[in-house]
Amino acid sequence: MQGTVPGPVLLQVRGASLSFGGVHALRDVDFHVHEGEICAIIGPNGAGKSSLLNVINGVYAPDAGTIAYAGETRRAMRPHRAAEQGIARTFQNIALFKGMSVLDNVMAGRALKMRRGVLWQALYWGPAEREELEHRARVEKIIDFLQIEHVRRTPVGRLPYGLQKRVELARALAAEPRLLLLDEPMAGMNIEEKQDMCRFILDANDELGVTVVLIEHDMAVVMDIADRIVVLDYGRKIADGPPAEVRANREVIAAYLGVPTAADDRALKEAS
Amino acid sequence: MPAPDTFPRLLIEHARQRGDRPAIREKDLGIWQTWSWAQALEQVRSLACGLHTLGLRRGDTLAIIGDNRPRLYWAMDAAQALGVIPVPLYQDSVADEMAYVLSNADVRIAIVEDQEQVDKILEVRSRCPRLELVVYDDPRGLRHYDRAVLRSYDDVQAAGRDLEKQRPAFFDEEVARGQAADVAIMLYTSGTTGTPKGVMLTHDNLIVTGRGGIQRERLTADEEVLAYLPMAWVGDNLFSYCQGHVAGFCVSCPESPDTVLTDMREIGPTYFFAPPRVLENLLTTVSIRMEDASRFKRWLYARCMEVARRWGPAILDGKPVPAGGRLAYALADLLILGPLRNVLGFSRIRLAYTAGEAIGPDLFRFYRALGVNLKQLYGSTETSVFVCIQPNGQVKLESVGTAATGVEVRISEQGEVQVRSPGVFRGYFKADAATRDAMTADGFFRTGDAGFFDDDGHLRIIDRAKDVGRLQDGTLFAPKYLENKLKFFPFIKEAVAFGDRRPFAAAFVCIDLAAVGNWAERRNLPYTGYIDLAGQKPVHDLVRGCVEEVNAALAADPKLRGSQIHRFLVLHKELDADDGELTRTRKVRRGFIAEKYASLVEALYANQPAVHVETQVRFEDGRTGIVRADLPILEAMTVEDETERRAA
Repeated sequence: MQGTVPGPVLLQVRGASLSFGGVHALRDVDFHVHEGEICAIIGPNGAGKSSLLNVINGVYAPDAGTIAYAGETRRAMRPHRAAEQGIARTFQNIALFKGMSVLDNVMAGRALKMRRGVLWQALYWGPAEREELEHRARVEKIIDFLQIEHVRRTPVGRLPYGLQKRVELARALAAEPRLLLLDEPMAGMNIEEKQDMCRFILDANDELGVTVVLIEHDMAVVMDIADRIVVLDYGRKIADGPPAEVRANREVIAAYLGVPTAADDRALKEAS
Repeated sequence: MPAPDTFPRLLIEHARQRGDRPAIREKDLGIWQTWSWAQALEQVRSLACGLHTLGLRRGDTLAIIGDNRPRLYWAMDAAQALGVIPVPLYQDSVADEMAYVLSNADVRIAIVEDQEQVDKILEVRSRCPRLELVVYDDPRGLRHYDRAVLRSYDDVQAAGRDLEKQRPAFFDEEVARGQAADVAIMLYTSGTTGTPKGVMLTHDNLIVTGRGGIQRERLTADEEVLAYLPMAWVGDNLFSYCQGHVAGFCVSCPESPDTVLTDMREIGPTYFFAPPRVLENLLTTVSIRMEDASRFKRWLYARCMEVARRWGPAILDGKPVPAGGRLAYALADLLILGPLRNVLGFSRIRLAYTAGEAIGPDLFRFYRALGVNLKQLYGSTETSVFVCIQPNGQVKLESVGTAATGVEVRISEQGEVQVRSPGVFRGYFKADAATRDAMTADGFFRTGDAGFFDDDGHLRIIDRAKDVGRLQDGTLFAPKYLENKLKFFPFIKEAVAFGDRRPFAAAFVCIDLAAVGNWAERRNLPYTGYIDLAGQKPVHDLVRGCVEEVNAALAADPKLRGSQIHRFLVLHKELDADDGELTRTRKVRRGFIAEKYASLVEALYANQPAVHVETQVRFEDGRTGIVRADLPILEAMTVEDETERRAA
């Protein structure tokens, strides 16, 4: 909810730099997220948004800088550590198991929570069965939460795009994350699907207490649901603040619309 | 002791007689949850007491809004126990429509399912001055809402349990004060004409009518039904709530509106009601999947359905069938029909009704061939549903059967169907003039339908009496008859016919996106969405083919020969209840459409090749947008044309 007091800092990235050959994806970026917050990262194409997410959950190791998450400071995160510590994510281009049912895909989100090994699970009966039932109950709650009961048994590949995105969110939520990273959760959706997705993100934040970092291009959506917005441009952070503040930030306007000229200034003044 | 004559008394009776038998089920988190009659009574008791603590008194109304849920059905029981009149609203109504009903019915308290409904009510609260409180079932998303007007269902029940402790006899006393002649429920008619009106039905109306149906069809306490149609619709009230209470059978609520097909298969209902539209959707799903099947399977399906069509209806009707026919049918049943019934959830079905609209011949035959005893019935909200039912073994396509138990039906001199029965309603709420207009001096209800009895004494309905018009040359023009003929094609989802006081009949056609989309894919015809597909020439030719087939059929009937469709256009958008073009029960609002698309209607009768149109559409979230398109005016061949051409 907008206007609520931010909780303690959950994640703090300090001075992160990352380059691929001669391309600087991130230059000395400081970034933090408060517990319980919805934080949006915006910026033009190639600004380094996905790179930042990838640094947070350990897909990339930054060339310089540190990451402090839940009280532990590291040089770099590693993906499986990130997952174990409650960081879940969705991807810009959907990464689901297309041939598997929605249920199995969401169950896959529980993999890290399974205590019994592969052998037990292969045997199935006994402890593994009890555990499976427990996980299934959790997964059903998430299926209900995201309203995808009707496609429970449908192979993911047969679903329309908007629903696949929802299934991906379901899988991420199945891991019971503390921090949820969403890479363009609403890309390619129509208005109604976007509205639904907004509602689900707000509900996940509100009802499940998940902290959310999302990358999104739809400004209306971002302004609507984010508590705080971080703006990247050419790998640098150029703004960080509540939506109203960021919207008025000149550097942000310049990054999105081009540098204003003296004539624009006059026009702006006259208009105001 | 006399038979219980109000719904709360029926509930108490069942809790006593078959307390641990299932009363209602709901699929929640993927698992069917069951409540016995005794448990249901407990829930109802605490809710009723809780509603009393909120200040609901005898004669008040209680709005109920949401999908079919046990907790909402209990709200009906609870209200009726207190002598409060439940008013179920269509859950997909937009806020404006709700505002009208809420204020017209003097609603002070509404029980709703979830945030979506709460939002709608809060949006129109200023227009419903009497509305004080909204009780919600699902708390999700409501944490930050203004608590002053919200109360959770659980809290209300908790308050009720406190009251029960203080006054253990309270509930039974309230139930004892109820009379069979009290208004049991108020259902707002969908309003094809004017504003919706609240139809008041008494316990007696519903219980006597429901019991008549149960006796005629020999229904028992062991039936299984799925409550999936809107609670605000009289059919659901009668088939699920009323007959469930009278016969004592268990009602199952689907997990969500999108899972009905799966839930059907799991429950396997024995008694089922579906409007033709639902049956058609079911058949379309089967047909589409069949077309994707392997060659051998398609061949086998075609052969078995052939056998089924030939012998199935006769076997169902108990007519003599040669041994060879029976053997062939048994084999088809083993290979295809049985498994198909299973897929559709019809494995255990004993009785299925359809009503609301005319049913297509292929559709009707399909289900009967499959061995499903699908029968048509005729009725309305004002008559507690049952007016006519097709008797077993005498099922015909065009008729709706003979009068139901205790019902008198007659045809007025103007050709209108009129009904007198124990089910005929008490009146419209706060609309005495409308009530008087609806009744004849000798107590018959004017249905407003035009119909006649055929040679076997079965009733045939052709159209709404007031919609039957004439072309300029005096030819009979029954728009619904034409529209239905068009809609029987799977490619056509909706049709609107024009022709009253016009030189010839013409029509708007809406394609069925699923069926035509599938057809287009098979022909490698690319399209982006509805508008694009509806504007393509091959689709126009496809629709023209359908129109011309209808014309050929009309030509065979001397009375209707003149009302063949000369021109038509394919609409650029689907007709939608949100845009006011359909009623909530998805009936076409012809007058509204004629007004909204007046320029299109004129274009049909002017000699122009195309017409430009801009239409405002309303999205589900209430926002609006504009759709623009150029629609070609298309000509269809009529049968006279053909003969002329041959002569030329």
